[in-house]
Amino acid sequence: MSTLVSHPISAADRSGIGPRRGRGSSMRTWRWSDRLLLLAAWAAGLTLCAIAAAIVLYMGYRGIQYLSPELIFSRPQASLTQAGSGGFLDPLLGTMLLTVIGVAIAAPLAICSALWIVEYGRPSWLARVVESGIEIVAGTPDIVIAFFGLAIFQLHLLSFASETAEGGGVTGRSFLAAGAMMSLIALPPIFVTVRDGLQTVPSHMREAAFALGKTRIATIRRVLLPGVRSNIATGVTLGVSRIIADTAIVIVLLGSTLRISPQPGGAPVLGVLKGLGSTLTSYIYENSPAGEGGAPQKAYAAAFVLMLFVLALNLVVERISRAQARSSGFVTAVEGIV
Amino acid sequence: MSEFQQLSQAPPPSTRGTRPRAHTLRAHTPHADDPPEHATLSTSPFGTDHVPPVRTIVLDRPPEPVRPPEQREALRPVASAAGPERLRLEDVSVSYGGASTLGRRGANAVRSVSLSIHQGEVLALIGPSGCGKTTLLRTLNRLTELTPGARRGGRILLDGEDVHDLEDTALRARVAMVFQQPNPFPMSIFDNVAFALREQSRRRPRRPELEPLVVDALRRAGLYDEVADDLHRPALRLSGGQQQRLCIARAIAPRPEALLMDEPCSALDPISTGVIEELIHELRRDLAVVIVTHNLAQARRVADKVAFMYLGDLVEYGTADQVFEEPRAPRTRDYVRGAFG
Amino acid sequence: MLGAVALFACLCVLAMIALVAQRAWPIFAHNGLSWLGSGGSLKAQIETMLATSAHPPASAFYFRAWPIIYGTLLITALAVLLALPLSVLSAVFIVELAPLRMRRVTVRVVRLLASVPSVVWGLIGILVLVPFFDNHIISPSERTSVEGTVQLTGAGLAPAVLVLAVMITPIMVALTCDALGAVPPAWREGAAALGVNRMRAIRAVTLRAVRPAIVAATVLATARALGEAIVISMVSGSNFFAPRPSDGLTFLFEPLRSLASTIVDYHEGTSAPALSAALYACALLLLFSAFALSVGGYLIKLPMRKYQTRG
Repeated sequence: MSTLVSHPISAADRSGIGPRRGRGSSMRTWRWSDRLLLLAAWAAGLTLCAIAAAIVLYMGYRGIQYLSPELIFSRPQASLTQAGSGGFLDPLLGTMLLTVIGVAIAAPLAICSALWIVEYGRPSWLARVVESGIEIVAGTPDIVIAFFGLAIFQLHLLSFASETAEGGGVTGRSFLAAGAMMSLIALPPIFVTVRDGLQTVPSHMREAAFALGKTRIATIRRVLLPGVRSNIATGVTLGVSRIIADTAIVIVLLGSTLRISPQPGGAPVLGVLKGLGSTLTSYIYENSPAGEGGAPQKAYAAAFVLMLFVLALNLVVERISRAQARSSGFVTAVEGIV
Repeated sequence: MSEFQQLSQAPPPSTRGTRPRAHTLRAHTPHADDPPEHATLSTSPFGTDHVPPVRTIVLDRPPEPVRPPEQREALRPVASAAGPERLRLEDVSVSYGGASTLGRRGANAVRSVSLSIHQGEVLALIGPSGCGKTTLLRTLNRLTELTPGARRGGRILLDGEDVHDLEDTALRARVAMVFQQPNPFPMSIFDNVAFALREQSRRRPRRPELEPLVVDALRRAGLYDEVADDLHRPALRLSGGQQQRLCIARAIAPRPEALLMDEPCSALDPISTGVIEELIHELRRDLAVVIVTHNLAQARRVADKVAFMYLGDLVEYGTADQVFEEPRAPRTRDYVRGAFG
Repeated sequence: MLGAVALFACLCVLAMIALVAQRAWPIFAHNGLSWLGSGGSLKAQIETMLATSAHPPASAFYFRAWPIIYGTLLITALAVLLALPLSVLSAVFIVELAPLRMRRVTVRVVRLLASVPSVVWGLIGILVLVPFFDNHIISPSERTSVEGTVQLTGAGLAPAVLVLAVMITPIMVALTCDALGAVPPAWREGAAALGVNRMRAIRAVTLRAVRPAIVAATVLATARALGEAIVISMVSGSNFFAPRPSDGLTFLFEPLRSLASTIVDYHEGTSAPALSAALYACALLLLFSAFALSVGGYLIKLPMRKYQTRG
């Protein structure tokens, strides 16, 4: 190989395979706008890489500087000093609880909607309405969804879901309320991935099932849903990463208390669900100078943990989509899952 | 095993039912004196008692008579009317492999090809699939350089200048190419044809300067009459044959010296193919045309010179009459007679 | 049965519009549409509303929200103007110009950045960018020039626009990269065979072909920037001030507020009916602007459609 590379690139050389490429177009013949575009593209690309590297490195540096295991496992305490204010176990648990509630509500809704759109979809104007509805929900700012949640859960109809103050006013703030709104946040990603997955199922699968005499519902249950399992997993992962990243809904609907404060009196689990709490995101917000202030180190540590979660979720999505792409065709994809 | 897996192993059911057996179809109206139908039918699944109805074919235009061979020959001028030499290949080899496969003779896509291409004649590269015809064609305008790992040896001379020393954009402005699948850009017809004219020059020419050139290119490509009413229609709305003619117009608009065509008619219907073949007859007056085709009949219709390639080697090169009627190499004889390929 | 479930999202949308509009109605009742304009000190109006109790007088509903509408428009427009060329050019760089290994790493990093929570962006902004502006960029003369009206603390228009632009860039880059990768190779080959140099081919063919995707990405990014509450709340200085371009360069450092950040900042005040109505009115405005954006994006893409259909 080295002999070929050192082969003189001369036009008279006819004995072997020669140079890889001839003379490229000299930049002298380029117009100004082309040269500008080349320069601008390189500049933009390198700037983006620099910014990305700076953020990743800076967050990593600060996180490692301030993160310690006791922060993750100790509960926050009201204290005047940094040393005594404890860790962020409660916000961590709050994040997990909200995620579970959000996905538990959103996943069945999204899957059913996607199934209806792809398998039935009649009348077609209704299908378009449903798809537009989900698109609108996806594009709504999270603060508007938070206030919508407030408006809904402050109705007396739904007073069971949150605390009711003495004056009769329903606060509308609780884990249930926040979780319900989080399900709206997670619904679009799950819907889109499952719908795309269902659309790529080859139609002869369905036809074969019908030919064997299966009803539509049975086909869906036994044939289609197992086939889109990886799509469901991808969608749920994307939904989870959207939920843990959301701050506005948490701040408005969860009260940002220091610890998980279940509603007094009543069953333990229900009390927690109807009570207030905080998540990592609201913890970061409150500890930054924008909130109560004063504890940027804790904020950095919590932000680092949050970023680790996001990174892990991203890797999971990449793994799933690579496994799906690698499998040749639909059949082996299913066999790989089973 | 889940039902899903059972289903997935079943072969997909055919979407079409079984085709009915073909009956001979004749375009005629029944007449009382005609012999009974069943006697003229070659196959009848119903037995001789049952007489299926006669099917009448209605043509929306009268069928064109097939030109007798003598007239077809007359369309092609004699090879001695060929002009100056445009392209010359000297011992050209091309390989696509990585560095580890270099040097091994088996790995080269094209091996030691030497040819000469003149203005005024059409050179057809024929041979079975995968024998290096397209690779050789793409080497002529250095399009193989777009593939990473492609290497070239030997010399290619365009009007005496080594192609290696020319700038690739300058080379491709003089040697144009038409691809197998028509690939008009997502713009209007006018913008497509004017593309090379606009983008090859240093300063951007303006609309009044471009219009006559665009119209001329469309006329030479035989497309102008069909699109003259609206040149600003999106190009992707045209039919396949029209799109291919648009690509030809786009390629010849900057007045190149040579035109390379990579199986230009393989994706088209026979009528469009005929139109483009006539086009090639006219274009070769001003250009040197190299056409790659795996369709031997097309090569017979169109070519003046023929080069037969097999597994990267140039097996035979000569005039069309000679290669098709009296091939020298046995492999050529086998291929031309349809023994393989 | 499945169909009923599928309609859930639409029901939510309708319920959202209905409830938010109903809660916002008092503002429209007392101000008509002029609440979108300017008049008086917004700060004083908000504070009056905050102080009201269960049955506020009609005067408490006086609301002129122009400063925060102006702030929203300013921040969003500047952030998108900054992010759009950066994203498109970076996408061109990643797909066309970068060496292969760099491309793979960069694509993964961009995808990661696109899912970073907004509160982390805000944290970096408030702990790094704002002190930087305060200590190194804003000069004393600039401070004194606006001393009477507003105090420059480093948090203001410039850091907000920068953080927001960097926040929405990864989304646009990811979408544009996908679109650039989906351009049929036949077009690139065709352009190369016609003898145009690389950048010209990119400009004349590839970028033209991905115009609808760029529009879609921009609409998505603008919607994200419009509704972004947390970052703005942390980095913009939280002042009901409308930055004045007439101040020259100091204009960039003046604090401001947007619709979304106002809603987040005063979310605890929803027990006061007047303030609650004002906040819901802002939310309604945000809802309709997000809606209008997607309709606008659809309309912009419409004329591009006729050139895109493959024959």
